[in-house]
Parts: sequence; C-alpha cells; structure tokens
Amino acid sequence: MEKKTGRIIKVAGPLVVANNMLGSKMYDVVFVSDMKLMGEIIELNEDTAYIQVYEETSGIGVGEPVYQTGYPLSVELGPGLIESIYDGTQRPLDKIYSQVGDFITRGIQTNALDRNKTWKFIPIVKKGDKVSEGDKLGYVQETSLIKHYIMVPPYLSGEVIDIKSGDFKVDDVVAVLKDKDNKNLEINMMQKWPVRKPRPYLEKLPPILPMFTGQRVIDMFFPISKGGTACVPGPFGSGKTVIQHQLSKWADAEVIVYIGCGERGNEMTDVLIEFPELVDPKSGEPLMKRTVLVANTSNMPVAAREASVYTGITIAEYFRDMGYSVALMADSTSRWAEAMREISGRLEEMPGEEGYPAYLAAKIASFYERAGRVKCLASEEREGALTVIGAVSPPGGDLSDPVVQATLRVVKVFWSLEAQLAYRRHFPAISWLNSYSLYIDNIKEYIIKNVSENYFELQNKSMRILEEEAELEEIVRLVGIDALSGNDRLILLVAKMIREDFLHQNAFHEIDTYSRIDKQYKMINVIQYFYTKGKEYLQKGINIVDIENMRVRDRVARMKYTPIENIENIESIKKEIDDEFDELLKKL
Amino acid sequence: MIKEYKGLVNIMGPLILVEGVSGVKYEELVEIELPDKSKKNGKVLEVNGNKALVQVFEGTTGIDIERTKTRFLGHGIHIGVSKDMLGKVYNGFGKPKSEKDKIIPEENLDINGAPINPYARNYPNEFIQTGISTIDGLNTLVRGQKLPIFSGSGLPHNKMAAQIARQSTVLGKDEQFAVVFGAMGITFEEAQFFIDDFKKTGAITRSVLFLNLADDPAIERIATPRVALTSAEFLAFKHDMHVLVILTDMTNYCEALREISAARKEVPGRRGYPGYLYTDLSTIYERAGRIKGKKGSITLIPILTMPEDDKTHPIPDLTGYITEGQIILSRSLNRKKILPPVDILPSLSRLKDKGIGKGKTREDHADLFNQLYASYARGKEAEELAVILGESALTDMDKVYLKFAQDFELEYISQGDYENRTIEQTLNLGWRLLSIFPKEELKRIRDENIEKYYKKV
Ligand SMILES: Nc1ncnc2c1ncn2[C@@H]1O[C@H](COP(=O)(O)OP(=O)(O)OP(=O)(O)O)[C@@H](O)[C@H]1O
Ligand SMILES: [Mg+2]
Repeated sequence: MEKKTGRIIKVAGPLVVANNMLGSKMYDVVFVSDMKLMGEIIELNEDTAYIQVYEETSGIGVGEPVYQTGYPLSVELGPGLIESIYDGTQRPLDKIYSQVGDFITRGIQTNALDRNKTWKFIPIVKKGDKVSEGDKLGYVQETSLIKHYIMVPPYLSGEVIDIKSGDFKVDDVVAVLKDKDNKNLEINMMQKWPVRKPRPYLEKLPPILPMFTGQRVIDMFFPISKGGTACVPGPFGSGKTVIQHQLSKWADAEVIVYIGCGERGNEMTDVLIEFPELVDPKSGEPLMKRTVLVANTSNMPVAAREASVYTGITIAEYFRDMGYSVALMADSTSRWAEAMREISGRLEEMPGEEGYPAYLAAKIASFYERAGRVKCLASEEREGALTVIGAVSPPGGDLSDPVVQATLRVVKVFWSLEAQLAYRRHFPAISWLNSYSLYIDNIKEYIIKNVSENYFELQNKSMRILEEEAELEEIVRLVGIDALSGNDRLILLVAKMIREDFLHQNAFHEIDTYSRIDKQYKMINVIQYFYTKGKEYLQKGINIVDIENMRVRDRVARMKYTPIENIENIESIKKEIDDEFDELLKKL
Repeated sequence: MIKEYKGLVNIMGPLILVEGVSGVKYEELVEIELPDKSKKNGKVLEVNGNKALVQVFEGTTGIDIERTKTRFLGHGIHIGVSKDMLGKVYNGFGKPKSEKDKIIPEENLDINGAPINPYARNYPNEFIQTGISTIDGLNTLVRGQKLPIFSGSGLPHNKMAAQIARQSTVLGKDEQFAVVFGAMGITFEEAQFFIDDFKKTGAITRSVLFLNLADDPAIERIATPRVALTSAEFLAFKHDMHVLVILTDMTNYCEALREISAARKEVPGRRGYPGYLYTDLSTIYERAGRIKGKKGSITLIPILTMPEDDKTHPIPDLTGYITEGQIILSRSLNRKKILPPVDILPSLSRLKDKGIGKGKTREDHADLFNQLYASYARGKEAEELAVILGESALTDMDKVYLKFAQDFELEYISQGDYENRTIEQTLNLGWRLLSIFPKEELKRIRDENIEKYYKKV
C-alpha cells in the first residue's frame, strides 16, 4: 500500500518539509519517519511537499523517510460512531487508552470503527431492486435512539443482486449491486469520506423549522432553525461551553456531534461522565445514545486540532444524509483558526490581519456553508438537517477580532455573550440588546401554528420593555429613581421580571436547565399579563411602590422551577395577580 | 551517538545557528561548549537541511562564532526524578542546586511529557480546604483543578500562595501530600520568603523547589514549569501523592517566550507575544488533573502579575481561557489593608459546584455562596451610588446592604496570614454576616436552610 518514500529536509514544529515527493497530491495523508507520525500535505512545490503533522514532531530530523499513502485525510463512517470519543483525526481515544494508557503517545494506529464488533443488519431492499446513491439498503439499530441506515455510497448505483440479513462486521459485505456496466459492486457497512470535501446532497431547502433548545433566551428571542448556523462569541468564563453543553443536552436534534477543539480536557470528561446519566426529555433514553464526541484538547497536537472540525462535520453530514436532524457544536472555532495561523506562519505565508492567513474568512465561510436543511441524496424523498453552532473566543472578548468578524459575515444567529452579565452572574450571559437571529421570519409560520398565535407579539412587547429599561436606566443613573413616573417604574419592574424570572436560566438546576417551549410561552405570558394589569391599576390610582412589593412577584419568580407536568399551574398565577390587585384597590 | 561540531554561522539574541550538521533532531538537547570551556544547554528549534537553529537556555553571552562547540545529545531535555526529590532544591533547568540536592534517579523523563488522554481523566470533585474563607467559601478549589491567581505588582500574592501551600488539606483524609514550587524570574527575596515559610512550617520536607531567579538566565525559564510539572506528574501518578504545584510568575515565563519569538522574527501576535502562546500555555496548564484509577492528583496554582493590572492583557487573557477559573487580587482592597485582597466579584472557581454540598462541605454551601455573592454585589452597587448621589439617596434596605458589604470585607475577606479557618467556621461566619438582613431578603436560600441556620450559628 505504501508508495514512494520521500526524505525530510526541514522540521519546524508541526511543519515538516520533504523532497522526493513527486506523485503525491494535495491533502494526501503521509506517514512521517519510522515512528509513522500521521501528516497531511498542505502545499506542493515541484517534488517538495509541505506537511502538517498531526503528532508531536520532537525527535524527528532531516533525512528521515516520509511514506506516501495516496489517499486524502478521511473518516470512517458506519455503525459504531455514536457514543464514541475521537481525537482530531478520528482515532478512538478509548482504544488508545486501552492500548497505551493514560497519556497519548505517538505513532499509534487504530481503526476508527471497531472491526471485530458485529452488528445486526436488517435489510430494507430486496433482490432485483434498483438502487442509486444514498438509497437505504438496510439498517443497524446502533443505539436505542439511532437507527443507523446503511446507504449506497455516493457515486454508486445498480441493481441489488444479493442482500444479506443477520450479524455482520462493518467491513463485511452486506449487499452486492450490479452496475450499468454489469460490474459487481460489493457494499459493506462502512464508507470512507475525505473530510475536506462536503458530502453531496440534492438541494438545499429553506430553514423553516425551528430547533428548540429549551433555553429561554434563545428560543424566545434569538431562535435558531434546523439547518441554521449560529455563533457564540464571548470572553473567557462568559458561558460559551455551558451553552454548547446545554444545546447538546436539550436541543431537539436527533444526533449531536460535539467537537472540543483546542479546549479543556476536563470539559470532555464532564460530557463523558454526565451524558450517559442524563435522560433525553423526549425518548427517556440516555443522551449519550445520540452523541458523537471529537476531542482534540488544547494540549494535543495543533495540526490535528485544525483537522478536528472537518472530522466532526463530516460525521455530522453522514447522519444528515440518513435523514436525521443533526446539531454540531464546535468549541472553539478560535482555536481552529489559531491552528491555521500557526501552520501558515511556519509556511511563511503572507500574514493578514492579526497574523491570520489571508484565507481565514474563506475557510470559515466554507465550514459554515456545510450546514443546512437539505433534500438528501436518495431516490426517495428524504430530508435532513445539519445545524452548526460555533463558539468564538476573541482576545479580551473584543468583537473586532478577525475570527469573530469573519464568522459574523456568514452565520445567521449571533448570541453575544457579555462579560458584564457573566460578572453579575446573569446566565446565560447572552446580551438581549446586541444579539440577533435572522431566522425569525423563516420560522414564524411554524411557531404561530404550533406554539401560539400571539407568540411574536409577546416577544416584541418583551423586547421593547428591555430596550426601554436600558434607556430609563440612564436617567436613573443621573437623577435617581424617584424622578421617574409610575409607568416608567412599572417598566423597570417588568424588565427586571423578564431578566431575572425569564431570561436568567440556571444550567445546573434540575428543572430550570430545560424549559419546553410551551412552558416558556406560559411564563412570558404571565409576565406580560402582570404588565397589562399593572398599567391598568396604576390608572386606577394604585401606588407603584405597592406594586413593587406585591407578594405575587415571588410566585412569578418561582415559575421557572415548575416541573413540566405541572405547567398548568403557571396559568393560575394570573388569577393570583388579579386577586392581589383587587386587594390593593380595596385598601385604597 | 553524539555528534560534535565546531563553530557557528550566526548568533542572534538567545539563538545560535549551526551549519554542516547531519542527523540532528527537532527539540534535541544540545550541549554548548564555550571557548572558556564552560558549558551551556540548548534545544533545537528547527532543522533545515544541514542547518540547526538552537535556543540557548543560559543566554548567548560568551559564545563566539569560531571556537564554540556544539554537541547534539540525541535526546530531548530530560530530568531525573525520584521520590527523594522531596526536600531538595533545583535550578530552573532541573539541575541540583548543591551537592546535597543530588539524587539517584528512579526514572529519566522528557520534560515535555505527553498529553493526558481526555478519556483517561477523572473529573476533579474533591474539596480542598485551604483555610482561606474567600477561597473555601466562595471560590472553592478542588483536587486536580488549575486555578490561577491574577495579581499585580506589589500585591501580596506570594503570601497567599504560601498560605495555601501551608494550610491545604482534604477533609477527613490523611494522604500523602507534596508541594512542587517553580519560580520563574522572581527576586531572591521572594524566593527566600517561600523557602523560609516552608522551613518554618516543616513543609520543606515534602516540597520540591525549582528556582530560576530574576538574575538567572531568562531563557532557562522556558524549561522551569515543564521540569516542575514533570516531577509533579511522577510524584502524583507513580507515587500516589496529591501534589500542589505553584508556578510564579507566569508573566516572566511569557516574556522569555516572546524574546525567543522575536529573535526568530516570527509574525507577532497581540503585544508582541507569539501567536502560539495559547497552545504553549495550555501544554503547561493542562498537565493538572486527575486520572482514572490513580490515587494521586496535580492541582495547579499559577501566579501571574497582570501588566498594568489589565485583565485583557494577553497573559491573563489566555490563561483565563485555559484554566478553570481565576482568583483576582484587588489593589483597592489591598490599600484598605483587607488581606488577602481577593476581589470577590470577578473571581470564580468553575469547578466549585462539583466540590461543595452535602457530604463534601455542607448542604447549605451552594445557597449560602449565592446569597453572599449577590448581597455583596448589591452592597457594592449601593456603595457606588452613595459615592455619586450621597448616602441619603439610598433606600433603607440599600443602607443595610452597604453595611453588609463593609462588614463582609472586614470580617470575611480579611483574614490573618496564619489564620486557618475550617470550612465550618467559614460557613458559619457567612451566616452570621447575613443575619443583618431580615429573613425575606435572603431569596437565594432554600427555606430548609434558613430554618436550620439563619440566626442559629
Ligand atoms: N447557564 C448557566 N448557568 C449557571 N452557571 C453558568 C451558566 N453559564 C455559565 N455559567 C458559569 O460560568 C462559568 C464559565 O462558563 P463556561 O465554562 O461556559 O465559559 P466559557 O465562555 O466557555 O469560557 P472559556 O472561553 O474560558 O472556555 C461556568 O463554570 C459556570 O460557573
Ligand atoms: Mg469554554
């Protein structure tokens, strides 16, 4: 399998330069030195290849061999992906652990998919059926949540001349097709796909379905659609990782791909420990049964970090192709960009802004472009969606950072995390004044039909109150609260309720961690009801101070802790509001 | 097979370029012999054809072009480690300071280590009692955590670190405990302060010290945190010890790194620091942690002085992006002699939730923490308002909050250098301070905890 051997002429950190490399192609995988360190060709100049190496290069020197493989960096796709934890080049970390122990040593080669494990393959097609690329041949019940469809790989088609049923390994043949040239195509349960090449689909569809996340500030104010793109920029400690963990837990997607790209080891451990224990609110099954993890932590080799986002998104596309709604989290895309910058620097390329390569924006744009709601490649009507959510970690939280700016140009949802909010422990620290979602018009119809007629009316009113609060606060700062009219003070009071009793959501509270959309609606509805009544009773002469001290406010504050089976109780707060206002009126 | 070459082609700052080499490896250790026969250590930064670029740890003073010899030793930078290192002192490169500091190594380890497999990690969740209320009560430290102290020049971060080293225990457990101390570019006096303190309390016998002082070669500092962590890993994961690693001052470390980067004429990142500073720092900080099936652990407290007290300076900024929270010291508290001057509001231990509560500290801890934090924040707001509009502009309740914030600083934050408070004492102190409020004000505390502790302790 190994072809011609090149010879190293330079080693500079993760970059190795070799000559005698004629015959190799851009983005081919090579193995460097007899330690067999995996690398990828990122530039070719006559017979000289520039290689980014996915492992630590210490101890490598000039004159050592470079082995060509002739194939591009690819991932293995098939049963066994779910519940796995991979490094940036899809090496399974659990297998590495059992091979070499606690620390990742170099030159380990393992298959991404276990070759010894058998899966029960259940056929869908029968002999004589005509099938083409993307069509389902059968499925494997991979986990209790995921039916893993075995599809005809892209570019192939033909007539089924043999189809198996029963227990097979991923590389066993489960179907044989005869193509139009009368050639037999043996199909097993595993596909290989080059990570830098988007997997094909028939066409993109408009993003008209919301992806509810159970996070109130997101679903109510800055919603994302299935197949949409979003970014979460913010300084350190502002809550990027917690939001991505929350979405991985509660978003109504069928498959989650979580990429820990250049972040902390303990955060991956956290997911590994927590997800098997947490239960999916819809199916009652452990959340891990729909999750794939890619972990290339900050102390792991920087070139593999660059690859990790591609590894993750290719796996995500594969499940999209089966017709699933997939959500991908990348924490943090800044570390990916930094990896690009480091390699680019070693290549001595002309630097752009902040030393980032000139192609930074193009790479970011084409990454997010792989998201979308699509008509899948198949002869049947099949729809899949891939939603992509990237964290961005700008230096000092400064949004003029080139990675933030390049990302904002392509994504449609912006959840802006603010240091000031995190500092005041208002979580999620998503700024209600600066964030936006451009999907609202797309998903309006669905929400009006499926959640409530006046959903957007409530949303608008609430947002208006928050904006007014910001203006009024200026005045209060200058002249004190006593200068405000009763109506203005009511606005401040209601804004406070929206912030503290609705937007604030504790990720670590058993119940508050997830709010179903109908519960969210009921909550905001009660707050707006309070506002309407408040205005009415101010007119009738009730003092604002008495309104500020109403007992029912405590009930409103506790709405969020209402278990989902009791959400009707939220409705009954309206009655308590009425009663207490009447009481105040009587005292007058 | 050791190869030796005579003469250099170029010397630039801390770097030398050797030509005509063969078989040289990236990151290989180099011994450099000066014309006066004295020796220095170097590391290969780049090999390109028959040229090797070498970083000299002790600086290039005294190195000449013609007569300097370089020997490529065929391996990376290693340190000999043994349990006998406890009680001994090394220089910043891991060489014994004196005859009595020599050991017979059990193992020779590469100072770069290897990344811990995320799959092998165990989540840090064991409460460490430091005896300092602002940490135990509000920014709880757990075993295996990396929690830096962001300080400023002239602030008492060393005192605080020494106090943590002196007092740290895990409740109800009697386990092997060690301190690894790595000093980078701090003054002799500062280092002596730690040594004296460790001696006075007997902690010295369970400590390993790596000292690169202000007048030691600056580039040597690049190796110091790595040799320190390599020995810590050995003690933690081979000898089941719970190791507390203190690294001070990371700012000096980063400056040494910047110097190398500038000499290599790399495209500088923010404020001249190299673009790979994040990755470089994470290969240090991420070595903290716990490992499945291993008894020992590494808890890491890096100390850094923020240039111009600016939290957005690349050094604190990138550190914050890697560590699991931060303890920030405040100049204004220090001025008021409220010591250790921990700035409560921006400080955070991200792992605290995993280390507190029933069975770990006490069931009321989380509620109490939230209430103290919120009340102090409101008290500080009232204080600000009073400055602008005068105290008369405050509502009666705001005045109570203001009083609370003042008491809280004087009694809770402020604490003697040798005052070792148990977690019980810290929690009860919190309740006592909260008793200034009527019960209804304590909205963050569950009724059952109010019932049990409010005005009862
Ligand atoms: N929704 C939330 N509920 C409660 N606490 C939260 C929430 N979001 C964030 N936090 C708190 O903020 C801390 C920091 O959050 P997180 O780790 O997500 O920050 P980050 O933005 O990812 O930081 P970094 O860039 O350093 O990785 C958490 O450890 C937690 O204490
Ligand atoms: Mg994070």
